[in-house]
Amino acid sequence: MFAEENGLHGDPRIKAISDAIRVVPHFPKQGIMFQDITTLLLDQKAFRYTIDIFVDRYRDKNISVVAGVEARGFIFGPPIALAIGAKFVPLRKPRKLPGEVISEAYVLEYGTDCLEMHVGAVQAGESVLIVDDLVATGGTLSAAIRLLERVGAEVVECACVIGLPLVKGNWRLNGVPLYVLVEPRLDDKDNHEECGL
Amino acid sequence: MAAPTSDGNRDGVAKDDRIPRITSAIRVIPDFPKPGILFQDITTLLLDPVAFKDTIDLFVERYRDKDISVVAGVEARGFIFGPPIALAIGAKFVPMRKPNKLPGAVISEEYSLEYGTDKIEMHVGAVQEGERALVIDDLIATGGTLCAAINLLERVGVKVVECACVIELPDLKGRVRLGDKPLYVLVS
Repeated sequence: MFAEENGLHGDPRIKAISDAIRVVPHFPKQGIMFQDITTLLLDQKAFRYTIDIFVDRYRDKNISVVAGVEARGFIFGPPIALAIGAKFVPLRKPRKLPGEVISEAYVLEYGTDCLEMHVGAVQAGESVLIVDDLVATGGTLSAAIRLLERVGAEVVECACVIGLPLVKGNWRLNGVPLYVLVEPRLDDKDNHEECGL
Repeated sequence: MAAPTSDGNRDGVAKDDRIPRITSAIRVIPDFPKPGILFQDITTLLLDPVAFKDTIDLFVERYRDKDISVVAGVEARGFIFGPPIALAIGAKFVPMRKPNKLPGAVISEEYSLEYGTDKIEMHVGAVQEGERALVIDDLIATGGTLCAAINLLERVGVKVVECACVIELPDLKGRVRLGDKPLYVLVS
């Protein structure tokens, strides 16, 4: 669901966050309107609003783990974890984590990729929030959910700054609800190109 | 060896009651990524909310009144420590990334590895001339990556006030490679 559907309709922070995101056309390839959050990180107010909105939502939900997807999930996850007193667990590309890992493969447009988590980082029964900057097809987040469920954790929600309109309402990914702040923007011109995600 | 300064530091290494817990939260993994290397794994520090918070607090206490407007964090583990510091001191966070990750126009700096070279990149326009910056990473080894980050910032007229890392590997002499740029670490 979008933040606006759940108590934040008309909240000026949402517009500030959306406006701070830069759209880069045709990256990484033709037709993709890349949603660049680095400009959000340059806007201290908007970055703070982003974290505050997530913290307000999750602080009283007994979440003991915030799992962030490499690499942009590493930017948003830790501030949330610190504010709610949870552990931060990085979910990484293969061969980056030095200790014993469990891996989960997922499908890309061409080929597959893999997400890894350290063995022992999360215990069975823990309540987990997964964080990434953007949800598109949900392939990466699905793999993250599977990784955490394989160790017996309960994924309470996935939180992303940006998400496609399809996550409106009660839409769930592998049974897990999504919470998203803003939709992708197209570029400044009045065009109707697909955001290509 | 220099005498302790008034804020408890000695030669750019923090001295504080919170340090022992931080030190013991870091896991050492032998022979990663290759035989003979003792890898300093900060992921276990992130599993201890008190130690992680203390880590951030120590940096925030040091930098909050130093007019720093930019915290530059080196991919990927610098992305974990940099943003909480930036948020607390009211600075921008600027990610310094491996090639071809940043979508907009970038400037690049090449640096040497043991075998070959690598590059880090920063978005054009992320920082302005005259800004004061902190560069953050989880660990300094030889200092190659941090030097590249400093060069990138200085090329656009930014003053790098200090480099901050959780861990220093003193035998690899990164502090020496940084030259006149101050380095502050929590664990050495």
